[in-house]
Amino acid sequence: MNEMLRAIWRYRHFILSSIRNDLRARFARSRLGAIWMILQPLAQVAIYALILSRVLAAKLPGIDNRYAYVIYLMAGMIAWALFSEVLTRSMTMFVESGNLMKKIVFPRVCLPVITAGSALVNNFLLLLASAGVFALVGHFPGPNMLWLPVLIAVNLVFALGVGLILGVVNVFVRDVAQVMNVVLQLLFWLTPIVYMPTIIPARLQSVLVLNPLYHLVADFQSVILYGRAPGVVGLAVIGSASVLLLGISLLLFRKAAPEMVDVL
Amino acid sequence: MSDALLSVRNLGKAYRDYGSEWKRFASWFGVTVRLRAEHWVLRGVSFDVAPGEAIGIVGQNGAGKSTLLKLVTGTLRASEGMLTVRGRISAILELGMGFDPDLTGRENVVHAAGLMGFPRDAIDSAMPDIESFAEVGEYFDQPVRTYSSGMQMRVAFSVATAFRPDILIVDEALSVGDAYFQHKCFKRIREFREQGTTLLIVSHDSGAVQSLCDRALLLDAGTLVKDGDPAEVMDLYNALIAERENSTVKSLRHESGREQTVSGTGEVTVESICLVDADGAPLDLADVGQPVTLRVRVTVHADVPRLVFGYMIKDRLGQAMFGTNTHHTRQALHDVRAGQVIEYRATFPMNFGAGSYSVSTALVSTDTHLVNNYEWRDLALVFTVSNMTRTPFAGSAWVPPMIEIVA
Repeated sequence: MNEMLRAIWRYRHFILSSIRNDLRARFARSRLGAIWMILQPLAQVAIYALILSRVLAAKLPGIDNRYAYVIYLMAGMIAWALFSEVLTRSMTMFVESGNLMKKIVFPRVCLPVITAGSALVNNFLLLLASAGVFALVGHFPGPNMLWLPVLIAVNLVFALGVGLILGVVNVFVRDVAQVMNVVLQLLFWLTPIVYMPTIIPARLQSVLVLNPLYHLVADFQSVILYGRAPGVVGLAVIGSASVLLLGISLLLFRKAAPEMVDVL
Repeated sequence: MSDALLSVRNLGKAYRDYGSEWKRFASWFGVTVRLRAEHWVLRGVSFDVAPGEAIGIVGQNGAGKSTLLKLVTGTLRASEGMLTVRGRISAILELGMGFDPDLTGRENVVHAAGLMGFPRDAIDSAMPDIESFAEVGEYFDQPVRTYSSGMQMRVAFSVATAFRPDILIVDEALSVGDAYFQHKCFKRIREFREQGTTLLIVSHDSGAVQSLCDRALLLDAGTLVKDGDPAEVMDLYNALIAERENSTVKSLRHESGREQTVSGTGEVTVESICLVDADGAPLDLADVGQPVTLRVRVTVHADVPRLVFGYMIKDRLGQAMFGTNTHHTRQALHDVRAGQVIEYRATFPMNFGAGSYSVSTALVSTDTHLVNNYEWRDLALVFTVSNMTRTPFAGSAWVPPMIEIVA
């Protein structure tokens, strides 16, 4: 573990320039450039809000802001965007960097760090844009917003833990990425992001509770929308489980790394 | 441990077929699984490399050269054996690997040097050198997608060699780029070597191997066949290329102490070979410019449809000086019968500089030895040229000038 951290520190310049290049490459030669990074999720929020606000707006108890649903939606989206970006990109990062890994020696652990870093930057920009929207609709979340970095960190560790395991397995069994694209869509709808958990029949509620993202997203929503502190016990459980998961995935990654290049 | 910079012991690389990926996953956690198949691409390779040595690695495609280099650089992990490297390795294997077409040359240099693990300030201080060595002018600040492949290769080479490594691995990548830049690359490689960098060069070009290397490794089918003097190794390599079914390759020790390689299917063989002067008297030592005749007597052991005789005169380092064959001179023989004895006489002026030369002979069916190789004999004859009567000169070719001084 120490060795990995040292390698990351030694290659910090490469990691930083990779993150920068990654962001730049995604929007190179598009007129609006980095603005697309914010526009895309905002557009998605706008679409959901437009279609669903009439249906669902009334179901948010205890909030008198008439844009409550939009805020609710954005809180969930901020959490989901980071999770799904880290997961999908971790899943394919080894396969996509296959050529580089075959030809050049560098600490392999840089790859997940780059993935996480560039997803974090994206998420931060989305957060900034969201803050702008919140200010526009007159919603100013309270000091409990300070929980947000913690939530983001837990979310990131969780996504990276799952993503790294899937990414390693995907090198050897490429079906994983295909299957996961479908699973992710299902997961999106199994997580209360565009709807409220209250509209779910009680019978299904007990299933929903098994989804770790449900709790994480709910924490984002309570911090951003309700200005309440997250459930500390639940967060601690998810947080330590995520750290454990990341540890296991790094172990798997270390075992698998020598054989990865053989099949890339 | 010896003071070797690179030490390879019984190195092997196998690609494993687990049958099921579940077995592979299980094997990471210490479960012993039965493999369905194991495919060894390299096995039992051992050698040491001392600081400052230049080593050529030759072998046919699939012999395991790239695998060996990847093991040395560390991109592949060995399946068995030991590999110890002391010092930094830089590989010019895949020039321009990791270049982003939308970034400028300068940005790509920063990124690529970062990928090699260099800190930012080292990159910044080396930047002027990299820029001037690449010589791509104002393109250096243009996106790489606007580059020609030659320009991209210039920038890539400049970064790869911006910092002197302890071991430099050069693949045939160097064959790209224009002649001017190639000279520049070789100059830099030579300079590195003088400063103590060890070179590992993979090439099919015997000229490059023999002029740059002081040792060569020949790989064949994943094993190290020979480790020794470049000229000897290249001879054996050429023989291996010609090896076909029921042909033989044997190595004899020539009286000069160098190894002589004879290969071929044996339908026609060289019986005797000698160099004679204008009067027909045998020569070991020839004067510069002296008219001589190379006499080669061959015996036909089995009927062959077409027979071409060729010879190559090589210098001490094994570099080709002159060679031709009876295919080029339109003197190929047809329907040669068993039992015939044929004598070839090649008369030429000895226009070589002072030194030791060897003659290789080839008895083949076409103009290369790759179709039917009846016999290929390296170091069939060794002779010496000495400057006894001419004005002193340097070099291995005698091209006497008429120098006029116009004041």
